[in-house]
Amino acid sequence: MNEEIIIAGFGGQGVLSMGKILAYSGIMQDKEVSWMPSYGPEMRGGTANVTVIISDEKVSSPVLNEFDTAIILNQQSMDKFEKSVKTGGILIYDGNGITRHPKRKDITIYRIDAAEKAAETGVTKVFNMIVLGAYLKIKPIVKLENVINGIKKSLPERHHNLIPLNEKALKIGMENIYLVNIN
Amino acid sequence: MKELKLMKGNEAFAEGTIRAGADAYFGYPITPQSEVLEYLMTVRPYETTGMVVLQAESEIAAINMVYGGACCGKRVLTSSSSPGISLKQEGISYLAGAELPCVILNVVRGGPGLGTIQPSQSDYFQSVKGGGHGDYKCIVLAPSSVQEMYDFPKLGFELAFKYRNPVLILSDGIIGQMMEKVYLDESTPRWTEEEIIKNNSDWATTGKTSDRERNIITSLILEAAIQEKHVIKLYEKYKVIEDNEIRYEKFQCDDAEYLFVAYGSSARVCQKSVQLLREKGIKAGLLRPITLSPYPKKAIKDLSKQVKSIVVVEMSMGQMVEDVMLSVECKIPVNHFGRTGGVIPSPNEVADFMMKKIKGE
Repeated sequence: MNEEIIIAGFGGQGVLSMGKILAYSGIMQDKEVSWMPSYGPEMRGGTANVTVIISDEKVSSPVLNEFDTAIILNQQSMDKFEKSVKTGGILIYDGNGITRHPKRKDITIYRIDAAEKAAETGVTKVFNMIVLGAYLKIKPIVKLENVINGIKKSLPERHHNLIPLNEKALKIGMENIYLVNIN
Repeated sequence: MKELKLMKGNEAFAEGTIRAGADAYFGYPITPQSEVLEYLMTVRPYETTGMVVLQAESEIAAINMVYGGACCGKRVLTSSSSPGISLKQEGISYLAGAELPCVILNVVRGGPGLGTIQPSQSDYFQSVKGGGHGDYKCIVLAPSSVQEMYDFPKLGFELAFKYRNPVLILSDGIIGQMMEKVYLDESTPRWTEEEIIKNNSDWATTGKTSDRERNIITSLILEAAIQEKHVIKLYEKYKVIEDNEIRYEKFQCDDAEYLFVAYGSSARVCQKSVQLLREKGIKAGLLRPITLSPYPKKAIKDLSKQVKSIVVVEMSMGQMVEDVMLSVECKIPVNHFGRTGGVIPSPNEVADFMMKKIKGE
């Protein structure tokens, strides 16, 4: 198993922490992982993205230009990364704020309206966990229990009371992702 | 039992310095390495091991604090990124001249000048060919994983004290900012005052006792003949380092017909390029120098008898490529592929470049 993922959106959406939780979940399942953020001026209020690789083998390049899965959370990232999905790969996106929807026919496209679902829960902060849940429904590369362990590792202990809420958000994501096209 | 963590390269380095028994860190923030100081200030080793963590007023102050700490026979270090390392060069030259052990981390960003904060490898010349003034060399280690960012402070101190020489760890923005698995080992305790006297009192300013002469630490030697003798002695030391401390790693070299030479994060990119080329039936391999100074000339020369050509991949306009050319003595073609100014080469473009060279384009 070798899964190469880009998660891209606005700074503040929890893109980097979602990647970190995914990477930690991989470690909990004895996988090799890498997490490479975009950093610097583009993060300040602009786009943020992170490349996460989860693999049975040692990770070679942490920086890639094509991906098995792209998780896209705003229009700028759609413009930048729709073309970076490998043929036969997967694109998952949140329709919120998207004006030009993905058009590719050689990949499988899913949609999760995570911003809307997060607003329904009343805690918009769980947005990224809804997205992560949606992704794991399509690519169950790590078990849910290991994701929970990954969250435990990523969150300071004083925030561990939020774990049930995050677990609920993961499940909302799993239940609400839907297919847009068939490859 | 080793502790397993997911850490950024910069954080792993900081944790590595604490666990290597460092006595003091003197630094000044600069992207992309500010997490080193941030991590140390969060973990507060001054409350546990007693390690001093100090944000100096400038990079120049920090390197001169390193000079002072090293004079006392202590394990001291600093870190910065390219423009900050340029500021430190006078101090590094003085440290090398005075034969003082220390560890310096450079998390390289694009240049010249203030440049960009994105990753680069354009400080190779500065690191291995001097940087400061005068006839001297640093030992230069090039980590290519977060694990090595954790391991190299300890290795760096070992080498620095073994040879009484500055050790430069040449990293870059990718290795500093990325997160990977790290196995943390048992801490090495800081030296006690007695241990420092026992280990270093033959040169360090540990307090003169009646049974020995004063230890004088200086890089000022006004008499030409004595200065020449001192430099020759330094170069004899560099020869011993070259004979004993060269480190490198081979990746799929056994049957390789085409070779990449790359260090640091470029070596990671090249590993993927090797996989991509091998999927197409091209027998590619990679040699990754771990020590850039001393340089693994012989290993590259030996491989040049086996492979048809070499591609050197660097995030620069071509610096290490000169050392590869010297190593192979022009016996086989050596090409350079570089992206610079903060642009990171992709594994595909590196593989495509090798393919073009193989086809003779």
